[in-house]
Amino acid sequence: MRHILSVLIENEAGALSRVTGLFSARGYNIDSLTVQTTEDPTLSRMTIVTHGSDDVIEQITKQLNKLIEVVKVIDLNEADHIERELMLIKVRAAGRDRDEMKRMADIFRGRIIDVTEKTYTIELTGTGEKLDAFIKGLDPTAILETVRTGASGIARGERILKI
Amino acid sequence: MEHLSGAEIVTRCLREEDVEFVFGYPGGAVLEIYDAIFRQTNFKHVLVRHEQAAVHAADAYSRSSNKVGVALVTSGPGATNAITGIATAYMDSIPLVVISGQVPSGAIGLDAFQEVDMVGCSRPIVKHNFLVKDVRDLAATFKKAFYIAASGRPGPVVIDIPKDVTIAKCAYEYPETINIRSYNPPTKGHPGQIKKAAQLLAEAKRPFIYVGGGAVQGGASAQVTELVRMLNVPCTNTLMGLGALDGTDPNFVGMLGMHGTYEANLAMQYCDVLIAIGARFDDRVISVPNQFLSNPKKIVHIDVDPSSIAKRVKVDVPIVGDVKHVLTDLVAVLKETGAKPNADALANWWKQIDEWRKPNSLLYTPSTEVIKPQHVIETLWKVTNGEAIVTSDVGQHQMWAAQYYKFRRPKQWINSGGLGTMGFGLPAAMGAQLANPDAQVACVTGEGSIQMNIQELSTCKQYHTPVKVLSLNNRYLGMVRQWQEFFYGTRYSESYMDALPDFVKIAEAYGHVGFKVENPADVEPVLREAFGPGLKERLVFIDFRTDPSENVFPMIQNGRGLNQMDLPEHMRGLQQTPFENNRDYGNLC
Repeated sequence: MRHILSVLIENEAGALSRVTGLFSARGYNIDSLTVQTTEDPTLSRMTIVTHGSDDVIEQITKQLNKLIEVVKVIDLNEADHIERELMLIKVRAAGRDRDEMKRMADIFRGRIIDVTEKTYTIELTGTGEKLDAFIKGLDPTAILETVRTGASGIARGERILKI
Repeated sequence: MEHLSGAEIVTRCLREEDVEFVFGYPGGAVLEIYDAIFRQTNFKHVLVRHEQAAVHAADAYSRSSNKVGVALVTSGPGATNAITGIATAYMDSIPLVVISGQVPSGAIGLDAFQEVDMVGCSRPIVKHNFLVKDVRDLAATFKKAFYIAASGRPGPVVIDIPKDVTIAKCAYEYPETINIRSYNPPTKGHPGQIKKAAQLLAEAKRPFIYVGGGAVQGGASAQVTELVRMLNVPCTNTLMGLGALDGTDPNFVGMLGMHGTYEANLAMQYCDVLIAIGARFDDRVISVPNQFLSNPKKIVHIDVDPSSIAKRVKVDVPIVGDVKHVLTDLVAVLKETGAKPNADALANWWKQIDEWRKPNSLLYTPSTEVIKPQHVIETLWKVTNGEAIVTSDVGQHQMWAAQYYKFRRPKQWINSGGLGTMGFGLPAAMGAQLANPDAQVACVTGEGSIQMNIQELSTCKQYHTPVKVLSLNNRYLGMVRQWQEFFYGTRYSESYMDALPDFVKIAEAYGHVGFKVENPADVEPVLREAFGPGLKERLVFIDFRTDPSENVFPMIQNGRGLNQMDLPEHMRGLQQTPFENNRDYGNLC
């Protein structure tokens, strides 16, 4: 089953490679991983999307906690949560396609953030499924380039991850 | 406040940590540190002949004492040579601080001479590692490294220091305490869980205690012994746990696992309540989890490392905590409540265990023609009164040493259990001897393993470590040969040791005493001489020509259960189930 793990980790050189090294060494899956410093510059927060049986997820959580630099780990799937991913997608927007692209962007509440005579660059935010749906809705030959951040997640309500 | 160079800070930090020996080998990147070592008198440096041996020696120094071992190596090949040693310590949870030199900060990443990414190379095999980029961080890094190495589940910590950091100066003060907000190893176990464990023990009909290396490293031998005696429960030690309960204790049923005794393996399989203490249910111990769990049992698992719990086997009562604390509390609860297993059921369980003990699965056929390796170990036990510190290499000789030397106390048996590193034994013996100058130290090895670090005979000469090397020379890589005999149609591919040197001459060339023993009648007199007063100060290398066809029994083949052992000849065909007349087992088999 798919799980989203949120990890607070010391903002130190090499910390990220300890996490990714752990996943590859123990044969765990990383579907996506995002990381950036938090409001406290000594801490980084990672969102790791992974999948595995409950036993595997339990081991992943324990192994992450065992890393000296990991401060805290939570499994967002244990309660209600929100996840968002950002995609930038460059599409062909010439001739007949130009209006169609604008319509698609509007339907998905995307924003066109760069325009040339022949292309649009669209910014789109949502769950991974929404981004997938957008891509599916386009003529594949019209897609010039995509870049996605992977999911970031946060718990709903008053549940917080902080030290 | 004093202003010191990075190199001086290194030596001062080691002094603050009461380091007695540093095992190492100099090179370009650590020259400043070696110069600072030259100018201090607080600790002694032991110059090994290969960096792998430095780490093994530091490792065994730690295993045979209660201190953190320290090794010092240069950058590049010095660092990579240390890797096997670090991995060995990591797999067995041994506290080490390994200091590696690094090329100057400005050269990192430029493929400089003798540059290797040591933090990257060692990452998967350390508890933690540091690259010190600023001399002002050096003292705090050492404080953290020693704390991390020795606390919680111990393990090796690497400190990689670029050469310019060893030259740079800064104000020096060694921090008295250190707080790492992301690292808080557990101590006390959860009282509710401990009560549950006591309750399970009180309801048990066939209780069994399984003790691993965590009890040795955690200093919990006295607590284990108290629990075992108080409840009169049978107990096994793993390969890493040997000595946690005295090997001659009447409640000890021998080592368990792939080469464990008949009684230990069957008790493990057919118990109804299992208390696992500082052990991790690894593949060489329980073999296949499903098979192990096919006879239902309630499991209490006590371990300082939560990730060891429910890794291979789901348990009923997990207790995360320092084993010594948890056992002390468990014993207190049992005393307070007077809870203990039902006396009748326990008597019946012991009757069963005594039945399993009767055929003696460690019985072997003695010979007057050829030296039996088991006989050498039994004689070693006799000659040393069971008091020697025994190190071993890896293979058949290791298993025979584990089976036949009845270890009396923890930290007496030193072997590479997790990684299985050939070449461990001799440098380990050296480290153990330095930690215990008055102890008798024996290195049980084979003609294969000993050649993987034989150069350390030179270090042993230099530092006067009078260890006794018992090489069980069967002219084969014995364990490989045994597997090839069992599973590969006796095709002994590359397991025959040809072109063997004259080990007596080798020992003599290094300035030691060498003996070659071919006659079983000579085993005891030669060992008596080696351990006698005449050779007390000498390293003695004994080349025992042993039976090349001898196999280690019992044996559990890969994929089989604890009750599917290959048994020695006199027990072939014996049922590996509880005996039929035993009323408690009606529905178990």
